[in-house]
Amino acid sequence: MGCADTVEESRRQLTRDAMAIAAYALPVGLVYGLAALQAHFTLLDVVVTCLVVLAGGAQFAAAGLVKGGAPWLAIAGVTALVNARHLLYSAAVAPYTAERPRRERAFMAHFLTDETFALSLAHFRRIGRFDAPGYWVAALVIFVPWTLGSTVGYLAGGAVDTRLLGLDVAFPAAMAGLSLGMVSRRRDVAAALGAVAVAVPIGLVGGVSAGLVAGALLGPLFGLAVPASATDESSAPETPEPSAEAGLP
Amino acid sequence: MTLGLIPLAVLMWAVTYPSRALPMLAPGIERLPAWTVSYLRLAGPAALAALAAVNCLLTAGNPPTLLVGVEPVAVAGCVLVVARTRLLLPGVLAAVVLVALARAIGVAA
Repeated sequence: MGCADTVEESRRQLTRDAMAIAAYALPVGLVYGLAALQAHFTLLDVVVTCLVVLAGGAQFAAAGLVKGGAPWLAIAGVTALVNARHLLYSAAVAPYTAERPRRERAFMAHFLTDETFALSLAHFRRIGRFDAPGYWVAALVIFVPWTLGSTVGYLAGGAVDTRLLGLDVAFPAAMAGLSLGMVSRRRDVAAALGAVAVAVPIGLVGGVSAGLVAGALLGPLFGLAVPASATDESSAPETPEPSAEAGLP
Repeated sequence: MTLGLIPLAVLMWAVTYPSRALPMLAPGIERLPAWTVSYLRLAGPAALAALAAVNCLLTAGNPPTLLVGVEPVAVAGCVLVVARTRLLLPGVLAAVVLVALARAIGVAA
């Protein structure tokens, strides 16, 4: 098989994988739209947040914090922590993009979500080089359905009694499920449980925002206190594990 | 016209974009000390677990109190479903259905 055939075959596989992720991002976007509605976002807030931030976990977190009246600085801090993993994704993709113009790399970086990373890196590894069409398929396949789903969820949520339908539990459930999607090692489990153990008592004393920030900052220390297992050691920065199963950007 | 939460969105972008862009724009910057890489790797699950906990275990009052009700049970159910399927949506749906049913039959407020 020639090089061109290899690229075409890899692009076809990328597209198949991407469609599965798109089919999942749309309904999860609906849930985010509902969460944003409950946090009293406007439609413009929802759309701009999806376009500008493009980070599902952080967007869900921000909706909950805004609803609880948290200061924006605390929201920014939690966002930075939740999205810090992107540093590892970017480092893994960087060798493939090194020859591209700086302006193009700067633009591509905005779209480097969990799913874009997972899809594009797998594609680059299959063909052994960077492929711009492949990267943009991987980027748009989450960007478009996530934004569309969020918008539709927001508009549809306004027409129903969200409490009667139990939709108010969708946000904490989504957060718990998303956290689980990121847990694959013993240290992850310790960090998540440590964060809960810190967040709840501090939240009771100092308020929900204080509990959240304390849990997010101190939770990783519980993970670091656990001796690294073989799987922890093998997870070098070159191969970070994205939470692509969760279907969030 | 009010800007609403748009400045917050820009602030969130400002703390997210550097993580996505720096290693691509400044090769070598990703060579952080090992403990920093480990801390960053653990920050995501910790932040989201803390967020789920304060939202399903604490009330919205000031000061908050421990929440007793069907909601924590529903979130636990979501965790079980996600652990089994590795998919978020079925877990969230299970939690929503459980809470809606509990309220419909009058066992939850």
